[in-house]
Amino acid sequence: MAASKLQRAQTRLAYLLVLPATLLILVIYIIPILFVFLGSLTDYTLVSDYYEFVGFENYQKMFGDKVFANALNNTFFYAVLFLPGAFIISLIIAIAIQEQKQFRSILEVLYFLPVTSTLAAMALVWAALMDSGQGVINNTFQLFGLPRVNWFGNEDVVLYSLAIISLWSIIGFNMVLFLAGLTSIPKNLYEAAALDGADHPLDKFFRVTWPMLGPTAMFVAVTSSITAFKLFDTVAILTQGGPDRASEVFLYLAFLEGFEYFNMGYSAALSLFFLGIIFLFALVQALFSDRNVHY
Amino acid sequence: MAQLTLKNIKKSFGDTPVLHDISLDVNDGEFVSLVGQSGCGKSTLLRIIAGLEQPDSGDVLIDGQSMLNAAPKDRNIAMVFQDYALYPHMSVGENMAMPLVMASLPLYARLPMMRSITPAGRKAQPHIREGVEKVSKQLHIDHLLDRKPAQLSGGQRQRVALGRALVRDPQVFLMDEPLSNLDAKLRVQVRSEITELHASSGLTFVYVTHDQVEAMTMSRRVALLQTGHLLQVGTPNDLFSDPANLDVAQFIGSPEINITAGESRAGQITIGEAQLPIDLGATGPVQIGIRPETISVPNAKGLVAAHAPKQGHMVTFTKRLIEDLGPEVLIHGAFAHAPDGIIRIRAQKSDAYSNAGMLAQSEALEVMLNPNQLLFFGADGQRLRPVVGAATRAEMA
Repeated sequence: MAASKLQRAQTRLAYLLVLPATLLILVIYIIPILFVFLGSLTDYTLVSDYYEFVGFENYQKMFGDKVFANALNNTFFYAVLFLPGAFIISLIIAIAIQEQKQFRSILEVLYFLPVTSTLAAMALVWAALMDSGQGVINNTFQLFGLPRVNWFGNEDVVLYSLAIISLWSIIGFNMVLFLAGLTSIPKNLYEAAALDGADHPLDKFFRVTWPMLGPTAMFVAVTSSITAFKLFDTVAILTQGGPDRASEVFLYLAFLEGFEYFNMGYSAALSLFFLGIIFLFALVQALFSDRNVHY
Repeated sequence: MAQLTLKNIKKSFGDTPVLHDISLDVNDGEFVSLVGQSGCGKSTLLRIIAGLEQPDSGDVLIDGQSMLNAAPKDRNIAMVFQDYALYPHMSVGENMAMPLVMASLPLYARLPMMRSITPAGRKAQPHIREGVEKVSKQLHIDHLLDRKPAQLSGGQRQRVALGRALVRDPQVFLMDEPLSNLDAKLRVQVRSEITELHASSGLTFVYVTHDQVEAMTMSRRVALLQTGHLLQVGTPNDLFSDPANLDVAQFIGSPEINITAGESRAGQITIGEAQLPIDLGATGPVQIGIRPETISVPNAKGLVAAHAPKQGHMVTFTKRLIEDLGPEVLIHGAFAHAPDGIIRIRAQKSDAYSNAGMLAQSEALEVMLNPNQLLFFGADGQRLRPVVGAATRAEMA
């Protein structure tokens, strides 16, 4: 009898202990998501008190909407531009810095600086640099006889320009992640590899570095993908989705629908779709990262 | 055939010298241990032989050929690392195949996924598989080839590391404390396996360890290093019974050799009340090394007297503590004339031994020293040898 009493007391204590965290998760995540979901089933607009439930009409509209398709298309195209660079350039810089002895910490700080800056402010600096008329970049291009580029005004170029700015801001972050991964590779594996004959840089990379970086690489890939889909600040500040919706990416469209056109119901549906994509990435990360840890 | 020669190797890390002018010859097929405390430079020396470190000056020769400019893989050596350094993402078979893959395939065929689709890769495949199979059978790990290192026990990992080293058919086999990560029981077993491996392969072995027992039991010759200096190279017996200086005497032997102060004067050495007729040819204080097993306690009931009483010299000893080691006892105490110095005596039990009897023994014991088994060292720690008899000296002159 005493045992079961103790057991009940312990169970109560356990619930009591998880209560604060549960409440926080409910208030911060679950309840807002539920509200967004409920909102996505209505035709609620910010400018009218009257609204009614319209079922899944907003979702239907979304999949038939050319604007939505365009935004999704832009986002994926941008991600394809951004991701390989965010991954490969960071990895190359990390490996190069790792082999430096003297200037390693200085270089680390220099590459990490963009991460510490406010992207919204830096976007304005980039706007000045990439200005089609007076920008330093175009002037330099001209100096070498290259054609001037209309960085933000040309529909075919604008996503590239945005990708360059995002790369600049994320490479330092990914590099630090890769450096942490590289540092954790035991040195004697490279020594064993040297004795075994794997002393060519390519052999070292493919036989030791790359397999041992597996978990780090997965993490970098997933977080960078999420960053790519989260693209918003530079679009809002520099292009407002233009020219001619060429840089209207997913999150910017959701923002437009909600806070410019006041279609909160439709915007909520878009946001939930976005949440779904991010959730997929997180799922991939959770499923595969454990499998890539070997030791 | 592989004769390894180290010539005047010097190495420092920054301002810290770690190796001072080390020269050592390892004969073909010989098993030589580099032994010393941690930080003595033994691992650095091994890494210099392997080519993982470059010496500041000096030369590494294999069969008379300088290896300084040769990459580690071109030195025809294999090395087993202390923590094995197995590739955790590869199976046992892939780990062992690594040296063969590297040696038998051109670079393009070694790139990811190219081995199975390039002609060169396919051609080398059977040869690689055969090599791995042969060695894995020899080491009894052929049932583990598909496992990852993380799924193996310490002893199995050890064998895989040995296998990866053996598979390339090296001439010189380097081992860096390969037993230190194994438990005590396994260590004894693997110790004999390595000795057998050496005997059956006939390779030249260089074995680094901090454990004098490993060094003494396994090797033909032992090289004792201390703070980057090579103190003595010799057979295990040389190092034990004929050490060049006090440091060697103290490092080799367990329990450690006893050191007590004595006085040398006019062909006599004084230890407490004992006068030993030994002529060191020098006058002044000397340090006397007495191995714990050479002191006998003839008057103690239950202990075997190692030497007949007439050979020895009696000294008064105060016992403090007795440790029972099974077949023998370790008596801790001090000589009456030097109560601060700790002296240990290792004595064999006889049939009459009993705990109560031992404890009832009075604190002051008469112990006996055998003058032929004492080692003498000067104040600088160098060995002092008794001067040979005057008659012999005259003959030699």
